[in-house]
Amino acid sequence: MPQASPDQSTVAIQCQQAAVQFGSAVFQLGPIDLDIQAGEIVSLIGPSGCGKTTLLRAIAGLQPLSSGSIQTHASDTNDCGEVGFVFQQPALLPWADTLSNVQLPLDLISRGTKKTRQAAAIDALRSVQLEHASKHSPGELSGGMQMRASVARALVTEPKLLLLDEPFAALDDMLRQDLGQLLISLWQQRQFTAVMVTHNIAESIMLSHRIAIMRGGKLERVIPNPLAWPRDESIRRTAPFGEFYGLISDALRGVESVEGQV
Amino acid sequence: MSTIKTKPAASLASKLMQGAATVVPLMIVALLILPVWQALVMVMDWPPAVLPSPKLVFEAMYSTRALLIGGMLTTGAAAATGLLAAIVVGTSLGLLFSQSARLRLALFPYMIFLQTVPIIAIAPLLIIWSGYQFRSVVIVTVIVALFPITNSVTTGLITLRKQWEDLFILYGASRYKKLLRLQIPNAIPYLVLGTKNSTGLAVIGAIVAEFFVGSGASYKGLGALMTKWQGAIKTPEVVAALFASTLLGLILFAAVELISRTLLRRWLDKD
Repeated sequence: MPQASPDQSTVAIQCQQAAVQFGSAVFQLGPIDLDIQAGEIVSLIGPSGCGKTTLLRAIAGLQPLSSGSIQTHASDTNDCGEVGFVFQQPALLPWADTLSNVQLPLDLISRGTKKTRQAAAIDALRSVQLEHASKHSPGELSGGMQMRASVARALVTEPKLLLLDEPFAALDDMLRQDLGQLLISLWQQRQFTAVMVTHNIAESIMLSHRIAIMRGGKLERVIPNPLAWPRDESIRRTAPFGEFYGLISDALRGVESVEGQV
Repeated sequence: MSTIKTKPAASLASKLMQGAATVVPLMIVALLILPVWQALVMVMDWPPAVLPSPKLVFEAMYSTRALLIGGMLTTGAAAATGLLAAIVVGTSLGLLFSQSARLRLALFPYMIFLQTVPIIAIAPLLIIWSGYQFRSVVIVTVIVALFPITNSVTTGLITLRKQWEDLFILYGASRYKKLLRLQIPNAIPYLVLGTKNSTGLAVIGAIVAEFFVGSGASYKGLGALMTKWQGAIKTPEVVAALFASTLLGLILFAAVELISRTLLRRWLDKD
């Protein structure tokens, strides 16, 4: 049985005074200090434009920092396959079939032979229950299937770090819950570290160990999630879930009664 | 959750219905125009040299059918060759421009010059340099058809979805892999669009060049025929050649459309 809690001894992501200054100076991210343990799932939540996606992109190395530093597994090993990224839209290439889309990261980092890359892509598709769609083009898949293919693409390199930018925002609530459960099951199998941007409080509670509240480019507080693992959809109907939901909701509204830590 | 939206194969009957749905409105418009044209000729009482009646034009079409078919083949070959050359040159230029913004800034204004300079003004010059022959017609056609293709391909190569670019950066893709796996496939619909825009221009370019070539040699393209018949005040034949050139444009456009639909099947699968 996989661990229900992250490995407290290993820091997977370390943000030290990380800041991003855009040219217009209208928006500035940070400076942000945040340590994320190996195997931990942390949700970034906050109002639109508060810097969640900028922080996520900075962790991925897609957004240069103006000052400070962010250390991750990837920056330590210099292996491009150590980070997986799930975008808000599936962002699949329409000219390639689903299998080629999932195999793409392995092709780009030139890992293994053509045969082993294909086998890994089929495994990744199987892990999201999508192997039957391997030869179909993205346009033939439903929105949920496209997003599962996108998750498979992010996981095909077996990354230690998975970054998710509002991955299920465009989906209906039922599909969102299904994909949330899929993510939990994948995490239980692979124990990756994950950072997820979301606007959905329930989703952040279901999926994460800690919830980081952001506002105006700053990290206001990081609240540990007290709910036990394993979590399934029935947990949404329990009193602790409701209480914690209220707590996060208050924190987002800026009510000061929250016991949190940064 | 697991729905795959496969499209059922179209039956022969449904394909025929689709074809009829395209052709019937065209025929209706033509049938509406013909009586108006005939009435205009009768009411205004213009001589056939000014405005020939539809009947005279159809008779001219029949009597000159061998020349018209030969003209369509010659002009069609020049336009198709010029279009293909424009695709090759335009795509190569697009690839070059996509690799360097500086190069784009330095050379693109010259492309715009080619697009804006009146072809009717430079065609005689090109023909003097290259001779009264098929090659000169192709060169003029390339010049006319080049800009839309180069512009479209360049746009397709440099206008990429941010998330796709992020993906390729994330996995440390080399410039070569990015070009091969992302930029070129992304540019294909743009190339098709540019080619469609250039198809009509290629026919126009070929005919304009033939106006000049025709006056200096035994060239048999539609433009040369028009020049010859215009000189002899054979207006019904000129109008017949006009219809033949329109038909040629439609045939070329339909061929490009057919190829593009096959080529873009995956792109068109998108909802």
